[in-house]
Amino acid sequence: MQVPILKQGPYLIASVQAALRDADLISLRDSLTEKVGTYRSRGVIVDVTALDVLDSFACRTLSDIAAIIRLRGAHTVIVGIQPEVAFSMVQLGLKLEGVATALDLEEGLEYMNRRTKRMGHGQYGK
Amino acid sequence: MASTENEVRVLIKSDEDILSARQEGRELGVRLGFGPPELAVIATAISELARNLLLYAKNGSIICWAIEREPKKGIVIQATDEGPGIPDVEAVLKDGYSTSGGLGLGLPGVRRMMDEFAIVSHKGRGTTVTTIKWKS
Amino acid sequence: MPAARKRNLRPRSQRGSSDIFRELVAHLRKNRTGLREEWARRITEAQLLSAMSEEEILTETTSIYDNYVDVLETGAVEALEAYARNLSERIIPRGVETHEVIGIVLLLRDVLLRSLFVKCKSSVELLSRMLDAFEPAARRITVTVAVGFVHERERIIYEQQDAIRGLSTPVLPVREGMLILPIVGVIDSQRARQLTGQLLRGIRANRAKVVVIDVTGVPSINSAVANHLVLTVEAARLLGATAIVTGLSSEIAQTLVTIGVDLTKMNTVCDLRGGIEEADRLLGFRVTRMDEPSEEEKGI
Repeated sequence: MQVPILKQGPYLIASVQAALRDADLISLRDSLTEKVGTYRSRGVIVDVTALDVLDSFACRTLSDIAAIIRLRGAHTVIVGIQPEVAFSMVQLGLKLEGVATALDLEEGLEYMNRRTKRMGHGQYGK
Repeated sequence: MASTENEVRVLIKSDEDILSARQEGRELGVRLGFGPPELAVIATAISELARNLLLYAKNGSIICWAIEREPKKGIVIQATDEGPGIPDVEAVLKDGYSTSGGLGLGLPGVRRMMDEFAIVSHKGRGTTVTTIKWKS
Repeated sequence: MPAARKRNLRPRSQRGSSDIFRELVAHLRKNRTGLREEWARRITEAQLLSAMSEEEILTETTSIYDNYVDVLETGAVEALEAYARNLSERIIPRGVETHEVIGIVLLLRDVLLRSLFVKCKSSVELLSRMLDAFEPAARRITVTVAVGFVHERERIIYEQQDAIRGLSTPVLPVREGMLILPIVGVIDSQRARQLTGQLLRGIRANRAKVVVIDVTGVPSINSAVANHLVLTVEAARLLGATAIVTGLSSEIAQTLVTIGVDLTKMNTVCDLRGGIEEADRLLGFRVTRMDEPSEEEKGI
């Protein structure tokens, strides 16, 4: 299942709708990488509100997404992790270290605005 | 693979099976009356165990069933396969609090999440991981 | 699952003398009304079961008597255990105490013993055989009923404690974006899990960006709970909130270090007040008194 990716100004918002197969996660990663380039986006927000499980593969992929997007000069923030999911994740040892997180889309956008304002326009000074 | 009302059996051959296993396991959990936080744990544990089966095992299955040990009620989640077996079980169970979060066996994490945990493995023959979550 | 072990009251040595048992049971059944009434009388005399009405005492003594005799006859303890549990469930909320339950079962034993003396008064040998049959069984019954009662009490107390804990909402919204979770007392793993769940749900409900977890009131924790605290901080972060831990006693700090926590990576402040100030800072608040000129007014 494809994850819909919407452009909202300088940002891309990927809203996960349902449980993802491994291939869907990989496809999401590739789509975001491509689109960030195409639109010269400054940030990517991945909304995982609909996910009831974030296992090691999903977390690894989200980390990869953040790393790749960073190489393209943009920020990533994961939003919408449910309380129960967060607790299961940390028990498993999955902390999404180094990846920004926010409560929901609204907070995520606020976060992005703060970060991109500070960073300015380009890939410099990182 | 056969699943009845009180038992779940899923053969893990593809990553889609991981999704099936955790969906069915979660549904069994719902039928047994577990609350949302426990259901998340159950689904996540199944996902991790199933992923291990997919990555490292031959003919792996996830089997879940209801258990009662007066006065407790719970769910058993078992991952069983026919090979190749874990040569050093001790090492695999060693816990580090800064886990890579990568695609390791993740067994220390599963052990932490579940209330009971047991693993039996024979090199060349197979492994069975049995875990239990009790209803609070 | 292993088949439930069938337990039998009658020791193997005695099962051969089942005629004695039959005679005993027959005697108890025949004199049922008289013996039961005698028993009820003694209960009232001893001022037991004062929480129950005469009618209730009649009903319960009848049931217990019949169960008692059934168990003597069949030797099957499971039925008695089930009855003991059921009885306890009903009378505990009525305020019946442990000593009362043990008391009435012992009184029944006394009443039955006396009737055996009377029945066998012509033959010491017969009495002796009757007692050999009766005593171990009676003892076992007393223990089963008493233990069943105590277990049921413990279960109810535990459930009540759990309910009380669940009702209390220790997560306090202080200002916009800030939550405080004051933890007091001894924390076990289950309580810790409950608190974490409440905290995380609180973060989402209140859209909190900072949570102050105050453990001033916690004297010490074991390493499992310490680890749990670390996980809670991490989980809060996944929901976009920063956790500040305040009031760490040196003992808890030591426990954390022992389990490998890098305290410099954890946001800790000495006390709750300091924690709130730090939280304010993180949220971008500045607190001033109303009767003082603001910094703008002062021309700073």
